[in-house]
Amino acid sequence: MTVSATAIAEVLPLEEPARAIRDSRPLRLITCGSVDDGKSTLIGRLLWDTKAVKEDQAATLQRDSSGKQNDLGLPDFALLLDGLQAEREQGITIDVAYRYFSTDRRSFIVADTPGHEQYTRNMATGASTADLAVLLVDARAGILEQTRRHATIASLMGIRQFVLAVNKIDLTDYDRARFEQITHEFKEFALTLGVKQITAIPMSALKGENVVYDGRAAMPWYEGPTLVETLEKATTRSNQTVGFRLPVQRVSRPGESFRGYQGTVAGGSVKPGDSVVILPSGMVANVTKIVTFDLVRNAAVAGDAITLVLDRQVDVSRGDMIVAIDSQPMTGRGFDAQLVALQAEGIEPGKRYWLKSGSRRQRVSIDPISQLDLKTSKWNAADRLGMNAIGKVHLTFDEQAIFDTYEQNRTTGAFILIDPDTNNTVAGGMITGRRSELGGIHKDDQRVLLSLPADLAEKLMATELFANRRQDVEVRHTSAGRAAEILADLDE
Amino acid sequence: MSDIRHEAEAKQNAPHKPPLDPHLKALENEAIHIFREVAAEFERPVMLYSVGKDSSVLLHLARKAFYPGRVPFPLLHVNTGWKFREMIAFRDKVVADYDLDLIEYVNPRGASENVTPFTHGSSRYTDIMKTEALRNALDAGKYDAAFGGARRDEEASRAKERIYSFRTPDHRWDPRNQRPELWNVYNGMIRQGESVRAFPLSNWTEVDIWRYIQAEDIPIVPLYFAEKRPFVERDGMMILAEDPRLELLPGEVRQEGIIRFRTLGCFPLTGAIRSEATTLDDIIAELETATVSERQGRAIDRDQSGSMEKKKREGYF
Repeated sequence: MTVSATAIAEVLPLEEPARAIRDSRPLRLITCGSVDDGKSTLIGRLLWDTKAVKEDQAATLQRDSSGKQNDLGLPDFALLLDGLQAEREQGITIDVAYRYFSTDRRSFIVADTPGHEQYTRNMATGASTADLAVLLVDARAGILEQTRRHATIASLMGIRQFVLAVNKIDLTDYDRARFEQITHEFKEFALTLGVKQITAIPMSALKGENVVYDGRAAMPWYEGPTLVETLEKATTRSNQTVGFRLPVQRVSRPGESFRGYQGTVAGGSVKPGDSVVILPSGMVANVTKIVTFDLVRNAAVAGDAITLVLDRQVDVSRGDMIVAIDSQPMTGRGFDAQLVALQAEGIEPGKRYWLKSGSRRQRVSIDPISQLDLKTSKWNAADRLGMNAIGKVHLTFDEQAIFDTYEQNRTTGAFILIDPDTNNTVAGGMITGRRSELGGIHKDDQRVLLSLPADLAEKLMATELFANRRQDVEVRHTSAGRAAEILADLDE
Repeated sequence: MSDIRHEAEAKQNAPHKPPLDPHLKALENEAIHIFREVAAEFERPVMLYSVGKDSSVLLHLARKAFYPGRVPFPLLHVNTGWKFREMIAFRDKVVADYDLDLIEYVNPRGASENVTPFTHGSSRYTDIMKTEALRNALDAGKYDAAFGGARRDEEASRAKERIYSFRTPDHRWDPRNQRPELWNVYNGMIRQGESVRAFPLSNWTEVDIWRYIQAEDIPIVPLYFAEKRPFVERDGMMILAEDPRLELLPGEVRQEGIIRFRTLGCFPLTGAIRSEATTLDDIIAELETATVSERQGRAIDRDQSGSMEKKKREGYF
């Protein structure tokens, strides 16, 4: 018993997976991996073993795979997922597909994204709504550049829960040391992204080991959860703990006596009697009623689609935001953001786009500042962004804009850019902060050098705030004497 | 206004309904958000209403989304002339009860060229009486957005469809060139003549639909419940035999049995299943142990792999 307990301690993830919660909202997840990591097989296996595939679909599958069966006599799972004819013909996944399965405890929405070249835009699309990312690696190949890219994109899009699925473990003869080596390598890398919640699972998707059913027979050394057990315990994102936000979608005026503001609560909660501010006008009012079809409610929380009635005649229209008086978002004409360029034409400097965030659409001009090199995780200066590029940009608006940071609120901090020439969606963006016009310590290219004792620096670097902006920081270790010299040089 | 007040008062007095579970609540919230967004962004929205269970859920969500106001767009029913009689009776009652605007469209070629599922084959009949009819009806109304009840779990090509699915002026869907859709921020910008099909039920599964119908007490066509009904067996399907236009082929016999329908379309193309499910509880229990998908009863999906994708590219819903 003592022996095996020691073994568990070595294999289990550093962080315990999140506690099981009695919250049965669907968990949204994204699967990513390189072309040959067996992603379609994994999802096919999930659908198959949770009985989400019915007999007639399986029969079509058998017919389509025309003898192309694996050695277990199961159909070619990839055909189940690659729904478009061109995909079946070419044997590739072109676009994000959404799949649904459920267990007794929870239901799941899987965004299955392609693993080949155009990965970034499809991944960003799938990741934008995901609570958790499953990163697939081939146990023989280990962590690839592609794995690092996918993890980087997922974390930029705000995903904080990862499953590292070490697949094809059967082809390494269930080599435990290999599994642990891959896990260790990934965790080291993930720490630089500020990602701490990682569950590593050795699995064979083809044989169905540690996907839905455990693989104890083949891997007695692994006593951690299966993939499905991990997914059942994962947490769904929530904007409930931040300030109240209601982006107004439409004004309901069925008659003279009723005027309500309809929208989906994007943050916090609200109840009758609360004082609110309407942005951008800044007018103040109190909530009198929360109207829904079923009953007049005494509270609404993030995620609820509601109709809000205020106690006085104020000018509110679509695109405005009704917010908590004591916890307001940022307003201004200049913001900083990170964005993912989604189309071939990229993002051109100075071009005026439409920006849509929540229900608000306004003109914006974009100035690219830097681009993330996914190989080195470094931000290099850039003045335009090509397709699939991840960049930092300045946003300049003609009129007041209203945002939270994406870190604080994944709804009021997110936006898309629309090219007015094509009407196509050309970028997805995440607000990182408001740009101050005052200069001083906040001025764009100003830096601050701190000289700290190493233990204090380590504590600071472990904070979430720091980890989230890790890429903005340069860190060097040196002696106290040398640090003093450098600072003295600067003063001259 | 008096109707609205009346409804509100009736609700206050209605017996207390337990709150939706968080799963259905999340799906409902998402659908309402989509309804409101489309209604606000487009000039002439319309809701495709097929009278089936998904349409019933879609309509219920639309009423919730715009309450206490009326549903701010008309319902469009593309009638082939070959729907189940009970569907039409149900439709007319719903429209009257909920004070809705209904537009019914029947492709005149049906009458002028005598297009029927028996004479033209299921594929060609569907092309003319459903796909072409839908395109004509949308053009006639100059609708720039059309709500549909399609779900991504129904069929492989649907799994790739966006919530705002862009269509060219001739109603074509280009699956290889769809607009990326991030978060719940939808791009509703289109040019003159272009349109969007909007799918508020994208993330719902068949079980979700039934559980929601049960939780919200939504009326549905009685054909979904098992009952003793007349049928004939044809091409491996049990076809309801109550319409005088159904002529028995040599060797076919009119039978009776306890049957029900899992989906509803045109009666000659929709197969019944043998089932004892007479309540929603029964249906849900049956579904949870079902081993075939719901579209198995639809003749039009069986022609070939990818047949749904082909129909969709041409403008089918």
